[in-house]
Amino acid sequence: MFLINCPYCGERDQAEFTCGGEAHIARPKNPPELSDEQWAEYLFLRKNEKGIHYERWNHEYGCRQWFNLARNTATDEILAAYKMGETPPKLKANIPATPSGEPSIGSGNLSTSKKDRF
Amino acid sequence: MFNKKYSFLSIARNALSHHENWQKTWNSPEPKKNYDAIIVGGGGHGLTTAYYLAKNHGINNIAVIEKGWIGGGNTGRNTTIIRSNYLWDQSAALYEHALKLWEGMSQELNYNVMFSQRGVLNVAHNLHDVRELKRRWHANRLNDIDCEWLDTKKVKEFCPIINTSPNIRYPVLGATLQRRAGTARHDAVAWGYARGADEMGVDIIQNCEVTGINVKNGNVTGIETTKGTISSNKIGIAAAGHTSVIANMAGIKLPLESKPLQALVSEPVKPVIDTVVMSNTIHAYVSQSDKGELVIGAGTDGYTSYTQRGGFNIVEDTLMAIVELFPIFSRMKMLRHWGGIVDICPDASPIISKTHINGLYFNCGWGTGGFKATPGSGWVFAHTIANDQAHELNAPFTINRFSSGELVDEHGAAAVAH
Repeated sequence: MFLINCPYCGERDQAEFTCGGEAHIARPKNPPELSDEQWAEYLFLRKNEKGIHYERWNHEYGCRQWFNLARNTATDEILAAYKMGETPPKLKANIPATPSGEPSIGSGNLSTSKKDRF
Repeated sequence: MFNKKYSFLSIARNALSHHENWQKTWNSPEPKKNYDAIIVGGGGHGLTTAYYLAKNHGINNIAVIEKGWIGGGNTGRNTTIIRSNYLWDQSAALYEHALKLWEGMSQELNYNVMFSQRGVLNVAHNLHDVRELKRRWHANRLNDIDCEWLDTKKVKEFCPIINTSPNIRYPVLGATLQRRAGTARHDAVAWGYARGADEMGVDIIQNCEVTGINVKNGNVTGIETTKGTISSNKIGIAAAGHTSVIANMAGIKLPLESKPLQALVSEPVKPVIDTVVMSNTIHAYVSQSDKGELVIGAGTDGYTSYTQRGGFNIVEDTLMAIVELFPIFSRMKMLRHWGGIVDICPDASPIISKTHINGLYFNCGWGTGGFKATPGSGWVFAHTIANDQAHELNAPFTINRFSSGELVDEHGAAAVAH
């Protein structure tokens, strides 16, 4: 379990929050003109990044405000919290050396040898 | 063949040499430069795909590429429940086909996968559950899948340790029972299929990570790996939680989100529960392994992660539910706990499909319930790869359903809401 730094309340237990999935997916401006493929892209397709992931969270059992988090999905390390409407910060993180690689800390997967970790 | 076959005689013969001369279950060769087909992912789904490509379609020059080791991914991390009581016709056909393969698996593989048809109960705790489960019961019967409805008294008879008091927060109002459902030894399934595939000439390559997919003029030409370039014009991806990472290498975006799904086992005790109990509403499922451990599964954590662990609050919620339903377990100690990364589709149904790149195929999106489908999944995926065309069983499970709108919504039959 990790702590989340709510931009409105400060650090709180993760159990108080719910995740609303990938952030910065804009609703199409011209819905009637969209093809089925464009609708599918908007509704269903996701980056599902292993590395830096920008996502929406709601402090559901607290202030009930929505905000954004940047989190490293390879380690669960939270890199930044910022309010709705703000531009996502450019960040550096320990992203895996190979696409499916594992970090030396923060992963429950101990299968990879030491030299393969970053 | 005689030497390799496991039998009473082979045990006796090996006893004479103190069991020091057993053959390797499979070889671990270095990869060749070129294969007729490459399967990425050496879990149950990848291995069965290679096995059925060789057995049903005569394609033997195959490599299975595995980042870790055989049986170390979700095949060795799930709670081993096998059933086919899904709601919609498309899913019922797919999972029932798999269940029929489970019934003959140990004989076919000459490998004991310890398939035990001990029955699976899906418990109802409120009026909505009762209606939903009865609907599924009738749907199953229309699809010739065995299913019964048990009222509270019959549930108690079938599983005596369950708490049927009307005074608990979520009382047991009844349950569906699929008697042909049950459990199996999960890593034995991977080992058995790996051995079967190896025997037919499939190269099983472990500790080899795929780092790129080579595409030329819309045709797949091979893969880059940590052990070099391997070429092939047919590549099947069965990489579970890491499917999006692999798809990204070919510039494909999928409707998947990878999340941790946690499970835990208790200290071993004498036989106490001889069936599988699942509850959607209170978010828990439990069975007992042959070693005597309670095998307990939880819901997914609610965020994207590749860390193979998960939040403790999920474990806590699950155990609260288990203890209310089974007060007898209240003083059991939990021994081990782990997570696996599951790739979840928006409609809780898998994708077994061609792509717009010729020769590149995906078998993914099994989410929280792929283990039960292991043999059936490989069977239809092998057919899709060999014929460049979907088998009738996986025709409804293409990537295109997300733009056509023909979703197969199985969130209810996923049995535990994730």
